[in-house]
Amino acid sequence: MEGQELPYVLVDCIGERLGVYEDHVGFLKKRFHLITMKEYLENKTVLSKKIRAIYMWYHKPAINEELLQSLPNLKVVASSGVGIDHLDLKLLSSYGVKVSNTPFIVSTDTADMGMALLLASSRRLVEGHEMAVSPDTEYFPADWLGVEVSGATLGIVGMGTIGYKVAERAKAFEMKILYHNRNQRKKEEESAVGAVYCKKIDDLLQQADFVLLAVNLTPQTHKLIGKRELELMKPTATLINISRGLVVDQDALVEALQNKVIKAAALDVTYPEPLPRDHPLLKLKNVIITPHIGSATKKTRWVMMEEMAESIEAGLAGLPVPREVLP
Amino acid sequence: MFRSRALSKLIPLMSGQSNLAYRFIHPVIASHGHRCHRSVIYKQRYRTCPHSAGRRTISAGTKVMAEEELPGVLILDIGGTHGVLEDLAALLKKHFHLITMKEFLGNREEMSKKIQSIFVFECRPTIDCELLESLPNLKVIGNSGVGVDHLDLKMISSFGVKVTNTPHAVAEPTADIGMALMLASARRLVEGCQVAVSPDTKYFAVDWLGVEVSRATLGIIGMGSIGYKVAQRARAFNMRILYHNRNRRRKEEEEAVGAHYCAKMEDLLQQSDFVMLIVNLTPETHKLIGKRELGLMKPTATLINISRGAVIDQDALVEALQNKVIRAAALDVTYPEPLPR
Repeated sequence: MEGQELPYVLVDCIGERLGVYEDHVGFLKKRFHLITMKEYLENKTVLSKKIRAIYMWYHKPAINEELLQSLPNLKVVASSGVGIDHLDLKLLSSYGVKVSNTPFIVSTDTADMGMALLLASSRRLVEGHEMAVSPDTEYFPADWLGVEVSGATLGIVGMGTIGYKVAERAKAFEMKILYHNRNQRKKEEESAVGAVYCKKIDDLLQQADFVLLAVNLTPQTHKLIGKRELELMKPTATLINISRGLVVDQDALVEALQNKVIKAAALDVTYPEPLPRDHPLLKLKNVIITPHIGSATKKTRWVMMEEMAESIEAGLAGLPVPREVLP
Repeated sequence: MFRSRALSKLIPLMSGQSNLAYRFIHPVIASHGHRCHRSVIYKQRYRTCPHSAGRRTISAGTKVMAEEELPGVLILDIGGTHGVLEDLAALLKKHFHLITMKEFLGNREEMSKKIQSIFVFECRPTIDCELLESLPNLKVIGNSGVGVDHLDLKMISSFGVKVTNTPHAVAEPTADIGMALMLASARRLVEGCQVAVSPDTKYFAVDWLGVEVSRATLGIIGMGSIGYKVAQRARAFNMRILYHNRNRRRKEEEEAVGAHYCAKMEDLLQQSDFVMLIVNLTPETHKLIGKRELGLMKPTATLINISRGAVIDQDALVEALQNKVIRAAALDVTYPEPLPR
């Protein structure tokens, strides 16, 4: 609109491996006046009143009370991805700031990643690749085996959007599917994927060959999987985590893997990320770790950006915020 | 290596639990003549008698066969790097007199007449004219896995020897590995693991991206048992499935997995984000994918091979990857295996 300035939106930085993607900037700059943290800090007195939204790309910029106090006209925080455990929703709400995330767009890629980890772990793909390319390899031994996926039992802990998509995929591998969730799903939803509800997580843990965590991180799910849960699992079972590192008691997991209480683990998420370089999980042969890439595809990240822009625009216009997260 | 899983499924069949097993065993023991009938009863009614004095006994009407009376089966070795897996060998010994190559070569005269079958495990032992000539009573070669490109079928047939393979046992694990490779390649899983554990990693870059599998187009070249199971799996990822095959599948089969037939392989190559090779190796499929075919693929496409290394012109593949003619490749098979270091 002529004469009207574009709304000022705070971002952490642009490019540099951690910032807003360079190829997203064009789209965003048509709608917003982007201010980086560096620019803001250099010109706080002028910019602090102008900033009305924060575009939070991969948990940056970090939002604390100090920042909220210095942005009197902040209306919306758009956060990338589905997890909002890094945000203090009550605090933001107390400042009258609305929060949005991007829950649905990430679900397909994250479900794909869950299946990728399950398959890679069971068939020892990373190990096998290393053997295939190792300078010491002279032959491929005939007794080098993995475990079956087809026909095995998958236990999904957390049957939300992502968990359900995992179930849809696992069904095609003729896996037997158990699930544990705060609430039982509708009968039609269960039958569509052949999933059996386990009201008690213990039942799921005792029967599953693969346990996949797809819950969000809340005080209730913090260290959901600890020593007790790991011991309930079969010694031949694999734990797959595509939720948050803190859902698992990491020390208990290390011990369980070292003592062969469970067979293996495949983790897209840890706490912290990355792990300290001397962490025991990095050295265990029966562990696969990926660098939190559940939603890391070009298309998905583009749609995430579009959705965040949409949420900001709606919030600033006083309209209902799409994908709003209530405290 | 994963093909060895076929063996564990095969053995229960051989305990006489199905007609198929009966027919499989029958030719082997046909040469026992008058003992044939009793041997068949042995196979069908073999079970442990609870009243036995510790020794395994067969139910009434049969007698325990001493090891030497069991049909002789030649294998490369038990255990070790290329031998039959130890626990599977134990199972085989219940039905056969296993003779290793070492035992055979150490006592050719006696052993050569006893050998009625060869159990080829992971392509070993090598079957050549010389071996066949020295085994006058050889009736059947059982090959583990589905591929028989390492066997000269015409030559073996000229000796009146039958060959069997295990196509159905390997279908699911092989389809699973095809999916595993496709997902791992698309999402850069191996690279990601290396980043996650590297001593140099200080943070995880947020612009580290892979490509989508869900909703992408998968082109399956070779829609046999394995190819069809791949299609069933890929469908659950909402992939668009194209396939190329010598013959078109039935309409119901196509519809069940949402697969579209490409009579011309070129059409498949031009449209696919992932091209998966699941053909057997024959003179017709040798170097099926060469420079021309790679040039037809999208520059964003990934080639996945779960068939045989020789189906691809490997030099052309190297060039295509180096020049970014295609995005990536994921290979469970190469020629030779392993590749020169």
